[in-house]
Amino acid sequence: MPALIGLALTSIFVQNFVLVKFLGICPFLGVSKKLDTAIGMGMAVTFVMTLASIMTWLCQKFILVPLNIEYMQTIAFIVIIAALVQFVEMFLQKSIPSLYSSLGIYLPLITTNCAVLGVALLNVNSASVISSEGSYTLIETIVNGFSAGIGFMIAIVLFAGVRERLESSDIPKALQGMPIALISASLLAMAFLGFAGMSF
Amino acid sequence: MIKTFKNGIINENPTFMQLLGMCPTLAVTTSLANGIGMGLSVTFVLTLSNILVSMLRKLIPSKIRIAAYVVIIATFVTVVDLILKAYIPALSQSLGLFIPLIVVNCIILARAEAFSSKNGVAKSAVDGIGMGLGFTIALSIISAIREILGNGTILGMSVGISTPATIMLLPPGGFLTLGLLLGIINVIKNRKGER
Repeated sequence: MPALIGLALTSIFVQNFVLVKFLGICPFLGVSKKLDTAIGMGMAVTFVMTLASIMTWLCQKFILVPLNIEYMQTIAFIVIIAALVQFVEMFLQKSIPSLYSSLGIYLPLITTNCAVLGVALLNVNSASVISSEGSYTLIETIVNGFSAGIGFMIAIVLFAGVRERLESSDIPKALQGMPIALISASLLAMAFLGFAGMSF
Repeated sequence: MIKTFKNGIINENPTFMQLLGMCPTLAVTTSLANGIGMGLSVTFVLTLSNILVSMLRKLIPSKIRIAAYVVIIATFVTVVDLILKAYIPALSQSLGLFIPLIVVNCIILARAEAFSSKNGVAKSAVDGIGMGLGFTIALSIISAIREILGNGTILGMSVGISTPATIMLLPPGGFLTLGLLLGIINVIKNRKGER
């Protein structure tokens, strides 16, 4: 159990997907202009990441490894993620319309979010903490997928808060828009650098 | 033809003008060798996927086109991944996770959707090479700056900076370099606009 908590804290803070590992930068810069859209995107990503982690892990364990076709990983995983996003979208639309209306528009964007494919690949390629042999177990995969999503959400929500303030501040003309956003992201990343070196 | 080519490198440079494919742009640009390696890998995938998408553009039903493009791109990315692992293992090691992640690089999907699904094979190939080189140039500039300031070297050779600022190699340095470069480009654009 302590190992799992350590894993979760590492994925959320020390190895934050956006600000330390540079995964999922496109939605991080694209959908962070307003706080509420950032929260919606963060929730959608966390949800899909957890599910995608489970599905790709099962695919790796029960299809790719037994058939000895691990080199098909990239193709198999991206197809799984694309299909999963489609299913989640249809399922939410039918059964939980209220959640769908708040997350709906972000879901299609998630297929091309490299954080999702990134976490899937990391899960099957990193060494396990709990068992001494092989890669992550299923439970570690779930914890890692979920906490990577939470890490993404924390980063994008913090950044959206900063950007809302930037809107109303006096910025040199050349730096308006994306340049100042990137410079603020740099400062935010510097804050997260404070967690570096911590190990759980 | 030349216009399409130049378009990718300057007017619609994927990194500086369209802000596409930001993850590898920031993540692998810690040394010039990595930047060039990443840029050329993307150019390879982009050109070949543009050609294939353009060839198949009348066969692919429009409803499932995105899925079809993704499978085409993933195939070529696997090819690159295996080639790099076999012939340049050092580069493959340092680019790591970001080689398979070329699949979700928005530049490639964007060009498939916006250009090669509407244009002929030759034109799509030229567009792929132009966009790819534009990306490579952008990555080279960013990674050269970060390597010189952060490590005091260029392609591994010392440039005589005695105390390099390691922070330029860390994530904040990546964001900062790109932010300031975009700022400089804006200044140049504004100057041109005034004239």
